[in-house]
Amino acid sequence: MSEHANGHDDHGHHHKETFVTKYIFSQDHKMISKQYLITGLFMGIIGIAMSLLFRLQLAWPDHQFTIYEIFLGKWAENGVMDPNVYLALVTIHGTIMVFFVLTAGLSGTFSNLLIPLQIGARDMASGFLNMVSYWLFFLSSVIMLLSLFVEAGPASAGWTIYPPLSALPQAIPGSGMGMTLWLVAMGIFVASSLLGSLNYIVTVINLRTKGMSMTRLPLTIWAFFVTAIIGVVSFPVLLSAVLMLIMDRSFGTSFFLSDIYIAGEVLHNQGGSPVLFEHLFWFLGHPEVYIVILPAMGLVSEIMATNARKPIFGYRAMIASILAIAFLSTIVWGHHMFITGMNPFLGSVFTFTTLLIAIPSAVKAFNWITTLWKGNLKMNPAMLFSIGFVSTFISGGLTGIVLGDSALDINVHDTMFVVAHFHLVMGISALYGLFAGVYHWFPKMFEGKMLNKKLGYIHFWITAIGAYGVFFPMHFIGMAGLPRRYYTNSNFPYFDDLLDINVVITVFALITAVGQLVFLYNFIHSMFFGKVGSKNPWNSTTLEWTAEVKHIHGNWDGPIPEVHRWPYDYSKMNKDNSDYVIAGQDFVPQHIPLQDNEEELSH
Amino acid sequence: MTAYLVILVIILFGVAVWQINKVFKLLQSAQPEDSEVASDKDNNTQGYMMLGFVFFIYWILAYCFWKWGNVLLPVAASEHGLEIDQLMLVTMVLIFVVGILTQWLLHYFAFVYRGSKDKKALFYAENHRLEFIWTIIPVIVLAVLIIYGLFTWTDIMSFDDDDDPMVVELYAYQFDWRARYAGVDNTLGEANVRLIEGVNQLGVDVSDPNAQDDKVVTELHLPIGKKVLFKMRSQDVLHSAYMPHFRAQMNCVPGMITQFAYTPNITTKDMRLDEDVIAKVTHINEIRTAKNIELIAKGEEVLEMYDFEFLLLCNKICGSNHFNMQMNIVVETEEEFNAWIAEQATIAETLKK
Repeated sequence: MSEHANGHDDHGHHHKETFVTKYIFSQDHKMISKQYLITGLFMGIIGIAMSLLFRLQLAWPDHQFTIYEIFLGKWAENGVMDPNVYLALVTIHGTIMVFFVLTAGLSGTFSNLLIPLQIGARDMASGFLNMVSYWLFFLSSVIMLLSLFVEAGPASAGWTIYPPLSALPQAIPGSGMGMTLWLVAMGIFVASSLLGSLNYIVTVINLRTKGMSMTRLPLTIWAFFVTAIIGVVSFPVLLSAVLMLIMDRSFGTSFFLSDIYIAGEVLHNQGGSPVLFEHLFWFLGHPEVYIVILPAMGLVSEIMATNARKPIFGYRAMIASILAIAFLSTIVWGHHMFITGMNPFLGSVFTFTTLLIAIPSAVKAFNWITTLWKGNLKMNPAMLFSIGFVSTFISGGLTGIVLGDSALDINVHDTMFVVAHFHLVMGISALYGLFAGVYHWFPKMFEGKMLNKKLGYIHFWITAIGAYGVFFPMHFIGMAGLPRRYYTNSNFPYFDDLLDINVVITVFALITAVGQLVFLYNFIHSMFFGKVGSKNPWNSTTLEWTAEVKHIHGNWDGPIPEVHRWPYDYSKMNKDNSDYVIAGQDFVPQHIPLQDNEEELSH
Repeated sequence: MTAYLVILVIILFGVAVWQINKVFKLLQSAQPEDSEVASDKDNNTQGYMMLGFVFFIYWILAYCFWKWGNVLLPVAASEHGLEIDQLMLVTMVLIFVVGILTQWLLHYFAFVYRGSKDKKALFYAENHRLEFIWTIIPVIVLAVLIIYGLFTWTDIMSFDDDDDPMVVELYAYQFDWRARYAGVDNTLGEANVRLIEGVNQLGVDVSDPNAQDDKVVTELHLPIGKKVLFKMRSQDVLHSAYMPHFRAQMNCVPGMITQFAYTPNITTKDMRLDEDVIAKVTHINEIRTAKNIELIAKGEEVLEMYDFEFLLLCNKICGSNHFNMQMNIVVETEEEFNAWIAEQATIAETLKK
């Protein structure tokens, strides 16, 4: 069990590695991290490609696209997309992006890479469970992708899979085998997520190196740690919802079904409630958006401090706000359900808790902005994405005040306004966090190779302009009253005037997607031919940059470094203010002991 | 106009890429070690780009308002809708002030503190007073918003029988709506999907005395100034009764009855005279005329010209025809309403036929 913690203190020996143990069934956190990243990116390509297909449909509903036929085959005969397939695309896009890209791809990649490296551990607490976690995720991805090929089509009841629509194949074809596979895939995904999260929690608590107290942890680790805790608290609830839905579908129970007349007959189900499912789903579903955004916040905090050459402003407030957000995130799920027939009093309670979340979020935003103030900003691509993150987090977060207010939610609930809101605040923001992380830690993943910065800049600016180009106008079609998940908005006249806006959105979406190819090329090319930079290319203080550039099992060739200070001693001056603490070097890494000419602060 | 925008966007991208490229060319003589780390020149260019970006944000915001401000929902057609719009306005003003300010600070700092070798960053780790200030300000502002919001919410969601509302059932099924009026006794007869048979499409219990005078219709008519209590039912899957012009929405859940009440305060006729509505209808008809020209050229059937109607839309994903599950709502004077309802057949009459 604790072999990795203890057994590797003597570092003369290394396991003999075969191709299989090194690249496939690897128990090394660095390799598992890369496996997560590449699987996540692959799923991301599919998820984004799907969004382009349905964006084309929304912008030019009357046009026949051969590309539909190529990708959708019999579901798009003569280039006309079937409405059921439109719903399937929307559903799988949501599922893939939320769970497979932004949960597993983001948290899985960076928790695995950074937790051992930044806390000074040889590996995760259990390398084996870590491996199992990845392979369950892989299995889950495969099943989810397989569901795209079943005869009646994949799940198409929306990513929230509310029953009865998701329970009855009579209601929509995708609720047949496609939904079964969706549920199985998500069940396995939950298992994967739990194994991963438990591992992260245990590792952070037990395997910190000497001197690495909790208040000396980089904010990344705090974010991953708290994210893992929310995951452990809420993912099992999704599993229970999934299991009950499987029983309703296959074994004739009535957890979520009651009084249904469909396709000319009355179903026997009696006494269940779809509202119960909504509670269970959102008990995970809301914390889930924080599972997505917290790791991004952690990455951004770290990258921003490093590139601003300044300590993150209000380190303790940042930790406190992570904890506050995490706590509140578990008691706000009802704001997805103001108008579901839930008791209006509950609506009041959830409005209260929801708007409270704005407080720690505001603190974080102000602290990030203050971190930039009087900095010496190194505009690396990772830094640009971090600034972009704060920008979209603010823009998207502010509209949350509208949606979180039950009275206002009545009229914008389930409209495109919601789609615009959550894409900015958790979709785009979390993706920016992911990109920032990849640009920043690419050298740690690929043995010192660095991504090309020029391509990075091009990637950022196309994405930044494109993202606002897509989602600002989308608020307007939402406020015009257009419901989400509409196959076309020109079937009746009232929304005819929104078609122009849909065209603009789609054009921006296409451009943004093409921009991602720049990243993809950069990623693959640099993986093999990237220029090797110095050991600590960003002049960062954290421990991962003291580890060997070449990947070895156990991370440090010698003893694990001991930590003497917090991770944010950037531009700290010596006592007489004549130079930096270490002359000529504007940062003091965590493993450097307190210097004679240095004032000891509370960290 | 759209084509113009698209071209503008493409040009903007082109300029951005070209500018970046130019800078890269100048930079090619950079030192080999850490050549992928931002140089002072990069910092400078990217700093300027950041400043440009905040103006892009303001521009796109202004452009959206200028270009598409006219697609937004017109004035609320219900009494509580005016309250919601007021709350929305207050919230929006707040959002815009905060958003514009914070975006400015973020990008301006990114510009003005762009790094160089000669600069030094300020070691500034915390300031409890500052942090207290920007904790307490959101606390106060949000407290006001929460209280304001909750009063509005409670006001909308609580209704008692003293108001003597007219009871109407909204019945949702894949993929259409039916409305059932409670009739003279203003009490809906019991109903259950198990009783659906033949013309009794809503499964009304025909033995229930309250059900006899109920009237099932395919177009919702409402008298102005009269509070209406909607009781929602669904036959198959979740639907959502969304009446955007009345700022009203409630899910229809199989197995339970949900409810929502409001008082319409503008008739359809008066709404058609509203300035914003006229502008919107004119705009839509321009679009439809343009389409018709194409359709005529192809020899296909032309689209009818549009006149404003209030709508009941389905706003919860419910299957393949979700996008076309709607019903017209007609708000009229009490006399017109009474004349219309008198013409509709009661359930008892329908079943006798």
